[in-house]
Order: sequence, then structure tokens, then C-alpha cells
Amino acid sequence: MNPYVPILVLTALGAAFAVLSVAGSFLIGPRRHNRAKLDAYECGIEPTPHAVGGGRFPVKYYLVAMLFIVFDIESVFLMPYAVAFGKLGLFALVEMVLFMVTVFVAYAYMWRRGGLDWD
Amino acid sequence: MTALPSTLVAGTPDAVSLAASGAVQERAWLLVALPLAGAAILLLGGRRLNRWGHWLAVALSWSAFAWGVLLFWSLRGQAPDDRSRSLHLFTWVPAGNFQLDAGLLLDPLSVAFVLMVTFVASLIHVYSVAYMEHDPDRRRFFAYMNLFVASMLLLVLADSYVLLYVGWEGVGLASYLLIGFWNHNPDYAAAAKKAFIANRVGDLGLTIAIMIMFATFGTVTYSGVLSGLDGASEGTLTAIGLMLLLGACGKSAQFPLQSWLGDAMAGPTPVSALIHAATMVTAGVYLVVRSGPIYESAPTAQLLVVIVGAVTLVFGAIVGCAKDDIKKALAASTMSQIGYMMLAAGLGPVGYIFAIFHLLTHGFFKAGMFLGAGSVMHGMNDSVDLRGFGRLNGVMKVTWLTFAAGWLAILGVPPFSGFFSKDKIIETAFATGDGARPWLVGSVALVGAGLTAFYMSRMFFLTFHGRKRWPEDAHPHESPLLMTVPMVILAVGSVALGGFLAFDHTFLNWLEPATGTAHEEDPVLAAIVIQGATLALVAAGIALAWARYWRAEVPATAPAGNPLTVAARNDLYQDQVNEVLLMQSGQYLTRSLVFVDNRGVDGLVRGSAAAVGGLAGRLRRWQTGFVRSYATSMTAGVIAVVLGVVAVRI
Amino acid sequence: MTPVQHLAFLETGMHRTASEAGFSAPEVDYAAVSPMLVIFGAALLAVLVEAFVPRRFRYAVQVPLTLLSLAGAFGAVVWYSTTGDHLQTAGSMVSDPTGGGVSTLEGAVVIDSVSLFLQGTLLLLAFLSVLIMSERNLDSGGSFTPAASAVPGSPGEEQALRAGFCQSEIYPLLLFTVGGMLLFPAAADLLTMFIALEVLSLPLYLMCGLARRRRLLSQEASLKYFLLGAFSSAFFLYGAALLYGYAGTVRLSGIATAITVPTTDAQLGRDWLMLTGIALVAVGLLFKIGAAPFHSWTPDVYQGAPTPVTGFMAAATKVAAFGALLRVLYVAFSGARWDWEPALWGVAILTMVVGSVIAIVQTDVKRMLAYSSIAHAGFLLTGLLAVDVSGLRSVLFYLVAYGFTTIGAFALVTLVRDSGEEGQIGGEATHLSQWAGLGRRSPLLAATFTLFLLSFAGIPLTSGFSGKFAVFAAAVSHGAWVLALIGVLASLVAAFFYVRVIVLMYFSEPTSGGTAVVAPGAATVFAVVVAAAVTVVLGVAPSLLLDLTRDAVFLP
Repeated sequence: MNPYVPILVLTALGAAFAVLSVAGSFLIGPRRHNRAKLDAYECGIEPTPHAVGGGRFPVKYYLVAMLFIVFDIESVFLMPYAVAFGKLGLFALVEMVLFMVTVFVAYAYMWRRGGLDWD
Repeated sequence: MTALPSTLVAGTPDAVSLAASGAVQERAWLLVALPLAGAAILLLGGRRLNRWGHWLAVALSWSAFAWGVLLFWSLRGQAPDDRSRSLHLFTWVPAGNFQLDAGLLLDPLSVAFVLMVTFVASLIHVYSVAYMEHDPDRRRFFAYMNLFVASMLLLVLADSYVLLYVGWEGVGLASYLLIGFWNHNPDYAAAAKKAFIANRVGDLGLTIAIMIMFATFGTVTYSGVLSGLDGASEGTLTAIGLMLLLGACGKSAQFPLQSWLGDAMAGPTPVSALIHAATMVTAGVYLVVRSGPIYESAPTAQLLVVIVGAVTLVFGAIVGCAKDDIKKALAASTMSQIGYMMLAAGLGPVGYIFAIFHLLTHGFFKAGMFLGAGSVMHGMNDSVDLRGFGRLNGVMKVTWLTFAAGWLAILGVPPFSGFFSKDKIIETAFATGDGARPWLVGSVALVGAGLTAFYMSRMFFLTFHGRKRWPEDAHPHESPLLMTVPMVILAVGSVALGGFLAFDHTFLNWLEPATGTAHEEDPVLAAIVIQGATLALVAAGIALAWARYWRAEVPATAPAGNPLTVAARNDLYQDQVNEVLLMQSGQYLTRSLVFVDNRGVDGLVRGSAAAVGGLAGRLRRWQTGFVRSYATSMTAGVIAVVLGVVAVRI
Repeated sequence: MTPVQHLAFLETGMHRTASEAGFSAPEVDYAAVSPMLVIFGAALLAVLVEAFVPRRFRYAVQVPLTLLSLAGAFGAVVWYSTTGDHLQTAGSMVSDPTGGGVSTLEGAVVIDSVSLFLQGTLLLLAFLSVLIMSERNLDSGGSFTPAASAVPGSPGEEQALRAGFCQSEIYPLLLFTVGGMLLFPAAADLLTMFIALEVLSLPLYLMCGLARRRRLLSQEASLKYFLLGAFSSAFFLYGAALLYGYAGTVRLSGIATAITVPTTDAQLGRDWLMLTGIALVAVGLLFKIGAAPFHSWTPDVYQGAPTPVTGFMAAATKVAAFGALLRVLYVAFSGARWDWEPALWGVAILTMVVGSVIAIVQTDVKRMLAYSSIAHAGFLLTGLLAVDVSGLRSVLFYLVAYGFTTIGAFALVTLVRDSGEEGQIGGEATHLSQWAGLGRRSPLLAATFTLFLLSFAGIPLTSGFSGKFAVFAAAVSHGAWVLALIGVLASLVAAFFYVRVIVLMYFSEPTSGGTAVVAPGAATVFAVVVAAAVTVVLGVAPSLLLDLTRDAVFLP
């Protein structure tokens, strides 16, 4: 069998899931609107009001999101390292520590420059 | 002429250049370095040099001349066949298998140029000290003059086309700077730009020629190219020849790139004398003579050299007949005389010698006359209007006599210099080729001599004879010694140089090793007949001019004149032709492309929007400065590139 | 080890799992990659400086740190290229695999003579750029905005201005981008190259938005550059994916083998995959060098970015991107040269024509220089299309010549300022009419700018002539006649607008007031003098540098 076939199948399944969920809730879900429901979804934070074009997200929200991604990526790289830890030895340990230090540099910058202060 | 076996031509492998020997030859680079140092010192030295900087320039120019004389003696002391010396300076561009050395070629031809250039230049330097005395920028002027001398010497001493190109651009730059020296006048600045652009067109030809040479011969030295001619097809050689000719036309103001020379008279008069009469404008002739073997192997290109020379010779003469501006009339005459040289340069080895011979004598008498014109302007409140002169012979005796020497020399009256050089060109023109060609070329040269006599006599009589037509506020006076002495020296040259060099074939023998053995052929008419006819035409020209411009009343404003006169006054409409053919079409092309980028150029776009109409609107909609449209054009580009790559396989 | 090398290492590491059972530690030649380690290390340090050093000391710490690290990295390049036997002289453009150069980090990075040459060039150019960026005589607080994140014209920005803040983030950003540039031409597989591309691009996008004056224009430039850059990166990545599909590897040498000797089923008869991949990868790189029709960002970005950044970007990005383009085309794709050459011919011709012709009608000096840089990209492509060792050498030479002249020219642009009625100094006077008559008021500045313009125009005895001569000679000697001819014609057109500026400076009446030339500090003066000196020296004695490029050869 062509090795690409499973990928195609997976793609089709994924697309079907997305389409079906949205379409299904649209078709069969109850519709009772209130203000909270119509607001932009923002992790429970009040959206910043804006004169034109409706609500606008505060830029700080993105800072937090980006910081999250930094650590997200770090863990992505930690996973394969953990799997092959035994075979890689001291070299990889040093490298991995360096990598984490690198990531923490970004974190330190963010913290010192007030990226974590909400107001 | 094509009968000459190419092995007889110097510059070919038989005349292998020996290495320079002796201190004088080995230090020949001083010729270029001295004036260059002068230019650098004057430009960088700042105001503190204002008091004595010009004398430094004069001294350096003379010392270059002195070195040239030493060099001449050192070459003269050697056997004629050993007089071609090469001097390696340094390796300039070592790029892979292509190596370019910077070196000088010291041979009779280049040394003849060195002597003439440095001598005339030094005299004009002296003259300028007085002429530019009241100019606040005199130091800058002398810096440019020294720069010019250095570039010109590099041009003639270079041993490869690329190094020649460096000098070529250098003289172009100096010329540009000096034409626009009084650039506070927008007309003068425009003239400088015009000269620059016309020269760039010519330079393009030279560039292409050098590229073809490199592609064909793998080298760009004279010896390498000229010795490898057998290996190239005639077509290639013709292409090289034509492109070199284009370069020569730009620099030497030959048809059809002649239009800048008249406007170049905007520069100070010593500049006109040195650059636009005696030296730089003759560089094209030098280039053609230096590349002689190429033209001998490419008869078509050689014929075109003759045609260009003949056309310019008549063209310049006609324009010269109608100009009322003394400097522009002289410029037209220069154009015409260079036409003679170019014509001769297209006639093979004999022609080369007489081309160079005429170039030297012309350098003297034309520079002398330009300095005379400068002297007249000096005494007449900088007026250049011939119709406002007249009867200056009494008040400016020295100027009058020196100008007369130049006048008789250019007319070719024996025994003045021009007789020996120009007459020989006319004779050679009658002796070249077969069939109708000698008759045709010869007659053009002959008629040119008559025209020359007319317009030069016109100028001479209008300036120095006839009635006084001076403006009321004019108080003509003779110029100071610093100006008259150089004029006198040049006048002596105008009188005697030709006879001196022609005596016992001195110059012919000197130049022969460099240009090839000359076999004089018999003209289709007896030489004595040609000489007689020339002199008769010259006499007729003088007589006509005398009747119209000495004896008769000359109106202070030019009469309407017949259509030919009007056309000649307007330089035979060359500017208009250029404008229609080149400028407008160029501008149209530019404007069309402007639509691709509408920002900051809306004004231009609107001007021609009506013409290009709907297409413009569509193109402009693409390029709005919006990222989305940029992305669209990029996508189109991506598709084009992908299709372009894939399409090759289909 | 830095994130970039980490990613490269991990990528190659994962790659190996597919073929071998398990990991093993990769070999790292620390000496060979030491310049990159120095720069990335310094960049991280600079970020920490931003975080922990009080605001008023930051500038005083950042500038020496940046300059020292650049100098140190350059020292490392020189040291590494003069010691050891890894460099070889060869007659062909790609040496045999056993030849000179070092392939390290599991083959992800190749340090050969070309990499070293380009890295040295980049570090010198960056050094000069930092000198110009550190200039504080022109504007109190430097050329950069005090608060990049504040809305232009807002009270916040006003406050920051009044407090005399300066955004010293420019230095770490520059170090990151230089690091990416060092890696870019040394990358030996398409993924590493892509990462280098992003590492050099992202900080550049930000740097473009940091102009002190005309904030909106600067931010627009930044955003445009970012969007279009991301767009072109996507093409590069797509091309890399297609090539992976064809060759089964992203390693350049592997792709070269697959193109020359197709063996597997995936390769035989699937040339379209390979050809489309080549085209898309080339497009991604052509965008970076500003070749038409992927040039549309250039004028807007060059105009909007802070001028010191523009100079750096115009010089260094071009060097790095041409290095990568050379490596990809010469090492990986040379087997298919007959397929991609015609398309690149078209691109080169279009680039030269568009750059030269549109530049004529520009009225802004920065936009004019932007179009001029497009035209120069075309001339460089002409040399590159020789696809031969002479093409390689001529392009390397041209890059150095062009880079120094460009930095010098943009540095001078920063000195000509608007001036108000009471003589207060404003932003840069970039409209050409404001440059009229400069020759009389500031002869030294005008003369130096003239030198740079003459070099751009390719007048003999300047580095521009030597460079043009080299690329056109390379093109002609490989039969690319038409290209060289169009190149000469385009440079003729280009000469016109360069000379127009010279004429304007010397032969026009100055506009009545409104323009002032500000005296720069010693650092800028030094940078301009160096740039001018290089321009002259490479024109008079190009052999000094050509000797260095003589041994240039790629290691596959």
C-alpha cells in the first residue's frame, strides 16, 4: 500500500470531525444568546472596548500566549531527549542544560521588562 | 592598402616590445604620476594653496614635459626597431586564467603624443595663470587641468585597451568638470552634462569592443590583440572595429556623436584650447591608429572610418561658415579638422602617419588660435560675437600676428605647418583604393580645404579687419605677457613645425616603426595637380571671404540668410535630430516603465496617462504600495519562474 | 549551544533514527563554528543586559559588547582560516568530498573557504553598521525610537521621548540577525538553511520598525517586510519539501546526487517534482536578494527603515542571501543547470532593467538607492549565472565591493537633515531636491558621496568598476553574452541617475534653507572613511581581494 494513504485517511478524518462538530452544533444546538456569549472568547478576561470594529484584545494577552509557546516548545524538545537519554550521555545533558538556559534568557527578559505585570 | 602583409605592421609579434631599459624609461610612470600628484595636492590642500598652487601645477606640467623629452632622447638613441618598449607596472586584475597587467607602452607613437600633449598643456597652463587670475576658483581649475594631463598621458601610454579605458574615462571626467567649471550658469552645466552623455554613448562602444576582444582573444593588451588577429573571423574584427569607431566618434566629436563639442565651448577658453582642440578630442584618432591592424583586417570597418571622417569634415566646415560665436566657429573647425585626421586614419599605414602628423600640427595652430580667441575675449569684455569685433589688428598686434600664423597654417598655405600635413592627407585620399573611391574621397577632402579657407578667413577678417563694430563700452587692449608668450611660441610652431618635421621625412621615419612601413602609392592625379587645385580653392575661399567680410559692410546682427545658412547656424539641426531619435524615444520608454511604480512619480505618470490610457490604469491598480498587491505580483513571479523552470523540459 | 544549532542538531538526530537504531552524539567541530558560537553567545548576553542592567547604563554596555563580539568572531574566522589544512586550491567550483573544508554538526553545517570568506565579510560589514547605529550626535538618544511599542504620536511615546530613553534592543537584535547570516551561507541542508533564514529575518523585521522619526512609515515598512518575508519563506519551505520528496534527503549533496544520478522510483520520471522544488527554493532566496519580480518590498522597506538599518540590511542581507543562493545553485542544483538557467536569465534581466530604469524617476534618495540595490542584485545574478568557479569568485568580490560602498552611502544619508527656522535639526532630508547645492556647503560630504555614487555606477578606479568587470567578464567567458550586454546597457542607464545626483549636488543652486548637514561623531566618521577607503583600494588594486577569492571553492 502506498505509505501516503494513511495520511490521507487521517486528513479526511480530521477535516470531517471539524466540519461535523461545527455543523452539528449549528444545526441541533439550542440558541439562547446573552452578552457573555456574544463576547470574544478571552480566557475569562473582559475584552477591551474599542470604538470601531467591536472588541479588541489587549496586547498583553499575546505576551502571555507567546511565553507559553516558549515553554511549550521546550517540552517538545525535552520529550525525545528523555527517550534517548541513556544513549546520549554527558554530551547531551550539557547541551540540554544549555538549551534550557537559552530559553530562560527569554523568560528573564520578559520578566525583568515587565511582561508579566498585568497592569 | 590591404596589400600590406600584416607582419610588417608594428605592434604585431614581429615588433615584440622589449622591456624598458634605463632609468628614464623605467620611471616613465612619473609622466602620469607627476600631474596626478599635482591634482591631488591642489584638491586636498585646501585654501592655503590658493596663493601658489597654480605655479605648482605649472611646474609639474613642465616637469612632465621635461621627462617626455628625456624619454624621447632615450628612445632616439636606440635602433628604430628597438624603439617599442614595454614597462610592466603591476598586476592589476588577477582573476583566474584572466590576468590583467597594468603597463605602459613606450613607442614612437606614444612618445610623439607625450611631447605634444605635455608641451601644449604646459604652455596653456602658463597662459591660464593670467587668464584665470581673477577667478576665485583658480586652484580648482588647475587641479582639474593637471588631472586632465595625467589622464591624457595615461591614455596614450597605456599598453592595453583596459588601461586606455581608464585614461579615456579620466579625460572625460576632466573635460566634464572643466566644461561645467562655471556651473553657476545652468546652460554651462547643461553643456557639461551633454558632453558627458554623448561620451558615455561612445564609451559604450569602447566597452563592448573590449568585451569582444576579451571573448575572442582572451587578452586585452595591444600586443596580445593585434598579434592574434589571424585567429579571428572578419566578422568579429568588423564588429570590434565598428565598436571602437563608436568610441572614437564619441570622444572626437565625429558624426553622429558630434553635437557636444560646440556646447563644450562653455568652459574657460584655455580648456577649449587644450582639451577640445589640441588633445582630448584627438584621442579617437589615436585609438583608430593604434588599432590600425584591426581595421586593415576588416575593410568594411575601415571604409566606415573614412566615411565618418569625410562626413564630419564637410559637416564641421559647413557649420563653421555660419557661426557668429568665435569659439563655436573654432569648435566647428576642430570637428572638421579631426574629420581630416579620421579620414586619413582610415587609409592605412601612410594615412596613419599623416593623420598623426596633422594631429600634431593642428594641436599647435588650433591651440594657438584658441588662445588668440581667449586673448580677444579678454580685451573685449568676454564677448564672443564676431559681429562685434573688427579692426582689432591695430590694438592687439601680438594676438593679430599669432592668430594670422594659425590662420595661414590651417589654410595649408606653404610653407606653414598645415601645408605639409593637410596636403599630404588630400594626396593620400586621392591615392587610396581603386575605382571611383579615390576620386570621391579625394574630392571631398579637396572641397573641404576650400571651405576651410572660407570660414577661417571669415573669422579672421571679422575679428581683425574690416570696420570697427565694437560695443560702446569696449576698450580692447593687448593681453599681459603671460598670455602672449605662449601664443607666440605656439605661433612659431604653427609656422615652422610642419616644415621641420617634413624635412627629410623626419617624422615619417620616426613613426614608421610604430605604424608600419608606409608604401606611398601614386595618386590618381599628379601630386602637383592636386596641390595646385588645393591652393586655387584656398585662394578662392580667401577671396570670397575678403569680399564679403572685409570689404563689404557687415551688419551687427546676423541677416536672415538662406535655408542652408540657417541650418548651419543651428548645427544642421543635430540637436533636434538627437532629441527626436534618442531623447524622446528614451523618455517615452522611461515613462512607460514608470507605470510599474506609481509612488512619488504621479506627476510624470499623469502627464502621459492619456497616451497610455487604460493599460496604465490596470498596471497602477497592481502597484499601490499595498502588501496584497505586492504579494500578488510575487505570486505571479513565482508562477512564471516555476513554469520557466519546468517548461525547459517540455 | 544556541537554539539554532540545537534545532539543526535535533533535526539531524531525528533523521538518523529513521535509518539507524538509536542516537549517538554528533561530532561538533567547535573551532569551525566558533564565530557563530561567539555571536549567538553574545546575543544572549545582550538580552540579559537588557534585562538586568539599569536603563541609563545599557547603551554604554551594549555597544562595546556588540563591537567586541563582532571583532572576536572576525578574529575567530581569520584564525580558523589561516590555521589548519582544511582549505584547498581547486580548479572547479565544488571540491571532491575528501577535499578541503569541514563538514560539522552531522553535516548540517559546512565551513569551507566560501563560508569563511562570506562570514568574514559579514562580520566586517556588521561592525561598521554598529558604529553607525551607535551614533548619538545626530539625535539625542540615537537613531532609534525610544518606545517602539507605543502608538505613534501617543502620549506614551511623547513621555519616552522627553525622558530621553533609547531602545538599545537594536544591538541584541543585530547580533541575532548576524548569527543567522553567518549560518545562512554555511548551511549544508535545506532545513538548516531555512532556520538560518528565519533567524536572520525575524530580528530584521523588528529593526525596520525602530526608526526614531516617521514612525508610521517605519512601522509600515516593518509589517510589509514581515508579511512578504513570511510569504516568501513559505515558498522556500514548500520547495524544500518537494525536493525532500524527490531526493529523500534535505542535504544539499544528497540532492545533487539525486539530480545527477536519479535512481529510486521516487526520482525516475518525476522531474517535475525536482524542478518545481528548485524553482520554489530559488524564489525564496531571490526574495531576500531583492530580485525582480520579488523586489516590490525593497523600496518601501528601505525607505521606511531607520537609515543605519537600511545600510546594514542592503549590504549584509545581500551578502548572506547571495552566499546561500550560490551554495544551493552551485552545490545542489548544478546538475539541473540547463533547466533553471533560462528562468534565472529572465529574472536577472528583469532585475537589472527594473532596478535601473525605475530608479531614474525616484525623487527620494533612499528609494533611489533601493532601486539601485535591485539593479546591483541583477548584476550579481549575471556573474552567478556563469555557474563556474569564475562566477563564484566574481560574485564574492562584487559582494564585498558593493557591501562597503552601500554602508558608506547610507551612513552619509543619515547626516543630511531637515532644519527648522531657528536652526533646530529635524529628520533626514531624503528628498533629492534637498540635496541640491550640497557640494558647495559640505564639500567633504558631497565628495565622499560622489565617490560612492561613482562606484555604484562602475566608473574605473572604484571598487564598483572592478566588481562589474569581474561579473561581466565571468558571464561573457561562459557565453552569457546577452546578459552581459544588457548588464552594460543597464549600468549605462544607472550611471545616468547616479550622475544626476552628482550634478544636483554640485551644479544646482541650493534650496533656500531647510537642509542642514550635521557633524557626526567619530564612530560614523570612522565607518565612512573605512568604506571610502575600501571603495578606492578595491578599485585601484582589486588584486588584494581577488587573491583571497582565488581559493574559493564549495565543499559539498
